[in-house]
Amino acid sequence: MKNYIENDALNILLADDDEDDRLFFKEAFQEIKVKTKVSTVNDGLQLMNYLNNPDNVIPNVVFLDLNMPVKNGFECLDEIRKNPGLKNLAIAIYSTSSSEENIEEAFVKGANIYIKKPNDFSALKVILNQVINMNWQYHTSGLKKETFLLNINSY
Amino acid sequence: MKFQIKCDINRACKVILEEHLEKLGIPYIISNLGEVQFNGPLTDDQYNLFEQSLNRYGIEIIDNPKNAIVQRIKEVIIEMVYKKEKLPDSKISAYLAEKMNLSYGYLSKIFSEVTYTTIENFMIIQRIERAKQLIIEDKLTCTEVAWKMNYSSVAHLSYQFKKTTGLTPTVFQRIIERRNNQNSTP
Repeated sequence: MKNYIENDALNILLADDDEDDRLFFKEAFQEIKVKTKVSTVNDGLQLMNYLNNPDNVIPNVVFLDLNMPVKNGFECLDEIRKNPGLKNLAIAIYSTSSSEENIEEAFVKGANIYIKKPNDFSALKVILNQVINMNWQYHTSGLKKETFLLNINSY
Repeated sequence: MKFQIKCDINRACKVILEEHLEKLGIPYIISNLGEVQFNGPLTDDQYNLFEQSLNRYGIEIIDNPKNAIVQRIKEVIIEMVYKKEKLPDSKISAYLAEKMNLSYGYLSKIFSEVTYTTIENFMIIQRIERAKQLIIEDKLTCTEVAWKMNYSSVAHLSYQFKKTTGLTPTVFQRIIERRNNQNSTP
């Protein structure tokens, strides 16, 4: 049999300057049922270089920290949404801030998901599982990406 | 001269399968009807060759029978949410079981295995998707959406909307409007 699961894995990319956060993030994914492939970069510039390099596979979802050196999350968000080649890329903001303005601003600028970084690892797993499941539904059920908004900060 | 022929379609299919499987030269078992099992994996070339050679007999490979069932469940739910609008009087479980002639327990088990979500959850996502469409494209108010989609109350719709998207319908609507304004006046 051909390996269909392999083809259907979700490609995930995280841009975060905090090494611990990157580590927790990768670890949390190991326990999620949906098959994923997780890569990380350390700041916004690295992220944009990665996305603009035609040799790289465009991920299904990018997780973006808002406060990053060199290029912050909002700048990346703007750049990604101005690039028609990246229109299918789902963007998840992954931030310590849960201010209402930041959340609404991020969605208006084209983010699909807003996640307030949780304080403990088990909450992180629950949240990422929820995000990936919802993404999976959009990935496999042909739902409209234009109106895909998900806000998670209730933990 | 004229003959009547009698054809055992299952047997014909089996013989065709056997002939083509022999050509592939990989050990196989035709388990019960409609199921072929190989000992090891096929390369993409072998798979494509096999698929093409069966094509002219009108024999198709169903990659995974579970996927076929899941696809059908999704179609039934989407049809229900979009075309009928008003939900059937019976519960979704009874409705699906009757439509597909399989037990709901079986359907729900397969659905969760393949999609990583439950039928109920899929249905809620689809209903909220429909509600979004009615709010954005048809410019309906929450009251109108709740009535049109047979929610017991506006509060119930708002609650389910918030639970699924993390946003209230009002905030959702405002975000989409601001997005559209931003795009039209750069």
